[in-house]
Amino acid sequence: MKKINDRERTYLFMTLPILALFFCFNTLPLIKGVIYSFTNFKGYGSYDWVGLRNYTDLFQDARVGRSYLFTVKLAVTSTVVVNVLSLILALGLSSKIKFKSALRGMYFIPNILGALVVGYIFNYFFTYILPAMTKTTSMLASTRWAWVAIVVVCAWQSVAMNTIIYISGIQTVPEEVYEAGSIDGATGWFKFRNLTFPLIMPFFTINMVLCMKNFLMVFDQIMALTKGGPAQSTESISYLIYNNGMAGGQFGFQSANAVVFFVLIVALSVAQTKFGSSKEEQL
Amino acid sequence: MKKAYKAERVSWPVTILLILGLITVIFPLYMALVIALKQPSEMTNSIAGLLSLPKSFSLDNFREAMRVTDFWRSLLNSFLITFINLVISIALHSVIGYVVGRNRGSSKFYGFVYLYIISGMFVPFAILMMPLVKQTAQIGIANMAGVICCYVVFYMPMNMMLYSGYLVNIPLSLEEAARVEGAGTWKTYWSIIFPIMKPMHATVAVLTALGTWNDVMTPLVIMSGSGMNTLPLAQMTFQTQFGTNYNLAFASYLLALLPILIFYLFCQKQILNGVVNGAVK
Repeated sequence: MKKINDRERTYLFMTLPILALFFCFNTLPLIKGVIYSFTNFKGYGSYDWVGLRNYTDLFQDARVGRSYLFTVKLAVTSTVVVNVLSLILALGLSSKIKFKSALRGMYFIPNILGALVVGYIFNYFFTYILPAMTKTTSMLASTRWAWVAIVVVCAWQSVAMNTIIYISGIQTVPEEVYEAGSIDGATGWFKFRNLTFPLIMPFFTINMVLCMKNFLMVFDQIMALTKGGPAQSTESISYLIYNNGMAGGQFGFQSANAVVFFVLIVALSVAQTKFGSSKEEQL
Repeated sequence: MKKAYKAERVSWPVTILLILGLITVIFPLYMALVIALKQPSEMTNSIAGLLSLPKSFSLDNFREAMRVTDFWRSLLNSFLITFINLVISIALHSVIGYVVGRNRGSSKFYGFVYLYIISGMFVPFAILMMPLVKQTAQIGIANMAGVICCYVVFYMPMNMMLYSGYLVNIPLSLEEAARVEGAGTWKTYWSIIFPIMKPMHATVAVLTALGTWNDVMTPLVIMSGSGMNTLPLAQMTFQTQFGTNYNLAFASYLLALLPILIFYLFCQKQILNGVVNGAVK
């Protein structure tokens, strides 16, 4: 009996400091964030309780509304674009080709590069190279097209990651499935639609969740490409919280925004995981 | 070897298409390199002028960019943050992964600890950002130490999940054998479990290092007042100050990308494995 107690004490001794650290840098700031969201704190000086006013203001604030619309539009478009492209790429890279590992290695490069610097490089491309090619004005200066440029940069990096995950998914499909399929005459699209895709469904779910979450939190690309402009048309939620909360004196108000954003992320993650797991096929 | 006979022939159309597709990957990097090697006087507004190779080969821009951005200092800071965070993360996250993984089936408390830490995955940085800035300033760690503390906590949910998932493959009998021989819990952990989890250490190291090396937001909000820069942060200050000298800027951007590219060149296999393991688990 004594021995077990010793072990349990050691376990507790290992766990508690780590838990304390986690609490201090995750739960505590989260709680503080929620508390700030009920105040008119500017980030400095004194502040008062304002109850739910930040939240009611939030739903009437046009700028906040636009940033949610923009972020969701960006996240959904990018997720679709990225998943379609990376599925095609993964199928190509999994087929019988020359230089397979070299090609896979090369296609992964965008993912290891820092999003901010990549954004700066593309900023130049959209500002100078593309207009010179197409004889138009810069996409980044247009309220209608700037978001497309951001989708392109997000996709350029994320396709690499998702492709690798799809490749590993395709590798899990046993050869026999294709052999059995080919006896029944399954080829091309039919083979993909009815054999490959259902079997890599779990990987599709992973990629959807990864993509959506990453794109909803998009920040670096906005910082590097548009800084929220032109005319605040590309302000992502994270960027708005950073910009107005840290420098714009809206600490309390943007805390309320962050709380709503947090709820959105949680709801979405739960929904996606539920939806995905109900559609998975077991072999 | 029967498979080899049945294997389809190499598909050249797909190979060629894939090689052509690589242009989309290489073009931005090529563009950055050409511009970084040129002088402002060589830049014209036509595409040919922008994308042609430089007339003379000179590394002046790189030398100047290194001086202006204090490259070595930023590189050292980025390296220190990444490295110290890695050491602490691997040590702490493997311990919590082990304790929670071994006990959450039998103990309500550890079941709760598991869910509690995992729930941290859903907390976006945006909501922690502003309180963390206040908090780190109050306790005097609005610097690299604060950034490292944040990273250790931010990566804990994922890493704990990876470690405790991996633990399922390690038979309990190993630990019991050590215990029978009189080894304490700590000793059993360090001498038996920790070395066995080596493949998972590699995965955790790759994922954590890639994430922290390229991260902008955490150092931006927490250590921007400390006068210190990480490699990405240096690019940001550089952009606002010298943003119009594109030749210099691109030299600086390339320098910022170079360390991770070199690292990737040598550890490509480990990185790819790590990323896949981390995402799929």
